[in-house]
Amino acid sequence: MIARLQQTGYEEDRLQRVAKLLPCRELQAGTLLSIMGQPQQYSYPSVFIYGHRASGKSHVMHILLKELELPHATVSCVECVSVALLFEQVLLSFFGCDAASLLPRSPSLSDFVRIYRQQCLEMPAKQTRYVVMEKAELLRDMDANLLPAILRLQELVEDNVTVIFLSEIVWDKFRPNTGCFEPLLLHFPDYSKGELQQILSQDKHPSYSAEFYSSYINILLGVFYSVCRDLRELRHLAALNFSKFCEPLAEGKVKESDTHKLWRNIEPHLKKAMQTVYLREVSSLQWEQMQQVEEKETGPLRGLSAHTHVELPYYSKFLLIAAYLASYNPARTDKRFFLKHHGKIKKTNFLKKNEKTSNHLLGPKPFPLDRLLAIFYSVVDSRVAPTASIFSQISSLVTLQLLTQVSHDDQLDAPKYKCAVSMDFICAISRTVNFDIVKYLYDFL
Amino acid sequence: MSTSSVSKGCFVFKPSTKKKKHLGLEDHFTGGCEGAQNSGKRYKLCQDLWDQIKTDTESLQDELNRSILDSLLDFTRKCSSTRQHGDWASQMRASEIPTAALVLGVNVPDHDMTFQSLSELLQQLVTPHVASLQAKECGGMKGLRRVLERLMGTTVTVDDDEEEEPEQTSTETHKSMHCSLGILCDWYKSKTRKSSTGTPGKKRSSPVKDELQQPPVVVIFKDLEAFNHRVLQDFILICSRYIERLPLMFIFGIATSPSTIQNMLPHSVSSLLCIELFQSLSCTQHLATVIDKLVLTSHFPFKLNGKVMQVLISIFLYHDFSVRNFIKGVQLALLEHFHSQPLSVLCCKKKEALANVMELSQRDLERIRQLPSFRRYTEKQDAQEKVNLMTDDTHLKVEFLFYDLRKYHKNYYPVLRCLHTLTSSLPRYPLGKQIRELHLICLEKTVWETEEYQSAMKLLRMLAKDELIASIQRCCGTLKPVKSKKMMNALIQMEEILTKIKQLDENAPPVDNSITSPVKSLSQKKTDLFQLQKTLLEMNETRRTKKLSPFETVRNEALELIDGLVKSHLSPPEAQTLYEVCYYTSSATVRRHLNATPRTSIQAALSNPYHYLQTEDGSVSNAAPDICIAYKLHLECGRLINLYDWLEAYATVASAAEGNDPDSDTFGKVDEVKHARFIQAVSELEFLGFIKSTKQKTDHVARLTWGGC
Repeated sequence: MIARLQQTGYEEDRLQRVAKLLPCRELQAGTLLSIMGQPQQYSYPSVFIYGHRASGKSHVMHILLKELELPHATVSCVECVSVALLFEQVLLSFFGCDAASLLPRSPSLSDFVRIYRQQCLEMPAKQTRYVVMEKAELLRDMDANLLPAILRLQELVEDNVTVIFLSEIVWDKFRPNTGCFEPLLLHFPDYSKGELQQILSQDKHPSYSAEFYSSYINILLGVFYSVCRDLRELRHLAALNFSKFCEPLAEGKVKESDTHKLWRNIEPHLKKAMQTVYLREVSSLQWEQMQQVEEKETGPLRGLSAHTHVELPYYSKFLLIAAYLASYNPARTDKRFFLKHHGKIKKTNFLKKNEKTSNHLLGPKPFPLDRLLAIFYSVVDSRVAPTASIFSQISSLVTLQLLTQVSHDDQLDAPKYKCAVSMDFICAISRTVNFDIVKYLYDFL
Repeated sequence: MSTSSVSKGCFVFKPSTKKKKHLGLEDHFTGGCEGAQNSGKRYKLCQDLWDQIKTDTESLQDELNRSILDSLLDFTRKCSSTRQHGDWASQMRASEIPTAALVLGVNVPDHDMTFQSLSELLQQLVTPHVASLQAKECGGMKGLRRVLERLMGTTVTVDDDEEEEPEQTSTETHKSMHCSLGILCDWYKSKTRKSSTGTPGKKRSSPVKDELQQPPVVVIFKDLEAFNHRVLQDFILICSRYIERLPLMFIFGIATSPSTIQNMLPHSVSSLLCIELFQSLSCTQHLATVIDKLVLTSHFPFKLNGKVMQVLISIFLYHDFSVRNFIKGVQLALLEHFHSQPLSVLCCKKKEALANVMELSQRDLERIRQLPSFRRYTEKQDAQEKVNLMTDDTHLKVEFLFYDLRKYHKNYYPVLRCLHTLTSSLPRYPLGKQIRELHLICLEKTVWETEEYQSAMKLLRMLAKDELIASIQRCCGTLKPVKSKKMMNALIQMEEILTKIKQLDENAPPVDNSITSPVKSLSQKKTDLFQLQKTLLEMNETRRTKKLSPFETVRNEALELIDGLVKSHLSPPEAQTLYEVCYYTSSATVRRHLNATPRTSIQAALSNPYHYLQTEDGSVSNAAPDICIAYKLHLECGRLINLYDWLEAYATVASAAEGNDPDSDTFGKVDEVKHARFIQAVSELEFLGFIKSTKQKTDHVARLTWGGC
């Protein structure tokens, strides 16, 4: 069943162990091995591996390098907020602490290369050294020269080193305008349903049989495969729901082989899980607690998104309403809504061509502060003095992310804003202050 | 530096002047009212009172936050304990970072205190490793890192009293290079290993901490909404890589609603978190308790009158929802009161007040005699007494009337609570849902003459038996702890009424059906509207004349008792003698200080510069600052202003100011200096937003304000 990995220069039993640890990825591992060649041989300077989340990229690399005991440095690009960290980690894992401390305070690429070469003279590579860069897509946001340089690191440092990029994005999105060294591309396809089943079945519960667990996984995949193919998530879900699956067994109602009854028992539960835990509406801890308590007692658990109510000071509510109106009504219509004697303006001959589509479909539009205040004063029912706290409420609405500032922070006069709340939210807010917002919205005229 | 406002804006931070403070503040107190000798005493009274208020409110807030803080602490403990025992399920589960989403409401300035006590509690009871982050510290990923460095740094400095030197230096060198989570991990490992093997006696350790071999590392995000999404996501991603080695835990402080988490974080990131929700007390409830403990008590001699109270409450409800700002407002009123009212020296505890009365100077006594409330009092006295009070100082001191006010307060608050318990459950809340509304009504006017009170009484007269019993019982509950003779009497009377009602229960007479019968007859035969009206009117008549049932008589008795209490104790404080001593009345000052109006100030400064320059009074003369002259002239123009005309007019006014001879040739001529001054004034006006340049007409500017002289 397990395909054999073959490559001269490595011990046979080690290869066997690797193959066992990498189910359903034998093909990719084999390709990689053949690219890597024998340990002392030079390998291709850079390899680019791409595939979706949880398709085993990091896992395969990790197992290969660890089990075959090859010198390597694994760097996650998320962590490298500065290139200095990246250089430091590479030097640290190849040459130890002392080499890393040689780096100057904010090192440039040439500093890195210089120190690498220096160290390399003292400790020349007996085997190919590997640098694995996880989440390589973030390299694009760093210095422009970094990616091309790392691609031909072998050439620069004149050492037997290979860089392996792992990414969820295809190489085409990486290629800089100026061109660069083309790495070898390797694609990790998604696991198929069968493969998922095979992998998930491996981590069986110690006190149950393998077939039983496998049947559980089968049911689980039946429910979740259509929405989620992420191995990590599936494993997480399997662990969360297994105790519920075993419940009738523990009570002695059914036997292990009675899959149909077990399915009947677990299926609604899994469906519920799909709407709650999977979306992280309910945390896994709460989910487990819910399973322990009888369902009827707890009642429906409210997810995170159920809590949308926000309490705001009175004038903040009106400011938000005014902002919403300013965002979704064209400025020309203000006269019609907020002036007493606006005359009759019919909607039809009022429309410009591009305004025929609903403003709500187009999303909020920016508006200047003046317009916001003008609408605010006409909307709010009492006379309000333009006090400092009114103005500061606007900026606190921005901090609460109910409004967003469109213009730059530095611009002090005539700042522009957008309203960032949904229709439902604003309706709820305006209901609390007895303001019929729909009457003032151009789209609903 | 941080500000306390809900909101952002420009704040002036003056350098701390602690050294000068002690001398300075007392000196300032003399400035408030000329020739008062007791400024030192007033300052001390004010300070004492404020300290007391402060400690009281702080303990109150602690109490209010206790339940939520306790549950948070439990959560952290639970998280760190579940991490340690690993069964099959927890091994298979993706390791999520335990996260507490703490929903605190939009009153951001109040949060600081909560977070402070939270992190203190955490450090005392659960883990020494706590770091708080604020959004403004973490603009980019590097900022976040710096803060983590601080977490490590502070914990190093806190705990490292007995750490060996070489260990510390090695971490130092790492830190000086780059601070990554990997280093934090190593540091943490060395830390925990040491504490488990090392000398536990020396460290300040609670029993709980000993239990946990691995205290969690808690990161508090104080204001989640303000964080940059990107930074937060990256940070969580990084942390999740180390979760196996480092027991991290997050606390999100959320101001709006928990769904913001989902708005901020994509599923791939939020799936790394195990979020539990904690909801704190709403700020209105918070304010209600603060008012209850701080304002509605005879404990503090200092009081706010209705208008000031109204200003403070409306700032709270309309503008910021911040309890802290409310208390600051009370502080401001307190300061102002002791500062500006020389008689406030009497605004203190009974004993001190007595002592202070004896020390009152001739001048202060004269001030007392001039108080309107005192005059009203003397009007009521007979002639001899009047003369005595007005002329004899010692008589005035002996006959001191301040006690009346104290007694009034002692009875006022219990009766207020009583009335509130009765009326707060009525439909449509004629006297307000919250006790503060009732308090405001009572402060402003005589409550029993208001329409609301009448309608409330009418509704109370219709209460059913069980409701009446319940509310009277509650009234008794509020009256019980009060130690005053009148209230004790009232309590006894109420209890009597209660027993009467209960006795009614036992020997209940048969209910007579006389009322229901016409209704029955009505429903039986067909009626037109006129007839219906007639019968209904008849019914009304009969009901009015009908003899009251025993329950109704008792009910009326009860209500009369309440009414009597209200009439004798809830009269507005203005009617009390010497109320000026305790009540702070200047609502305009409070409003001006707390709810500033920049626009109005600018307008005032431009149209009446002497208000601020304080040189002489009068309107804008030709000697006023240039900008004022330009402003005054621009008011006379229409929507578009011709710059040249404006300049001419300005030059005329300016040369008049220089005292040039109006008949000379150079009068009103534009020279270079005047031109420059004019240009500067115009650009200042543009900066203030009164005019702007326009392309509609050459050499014109557009006016942005309406109206004029």
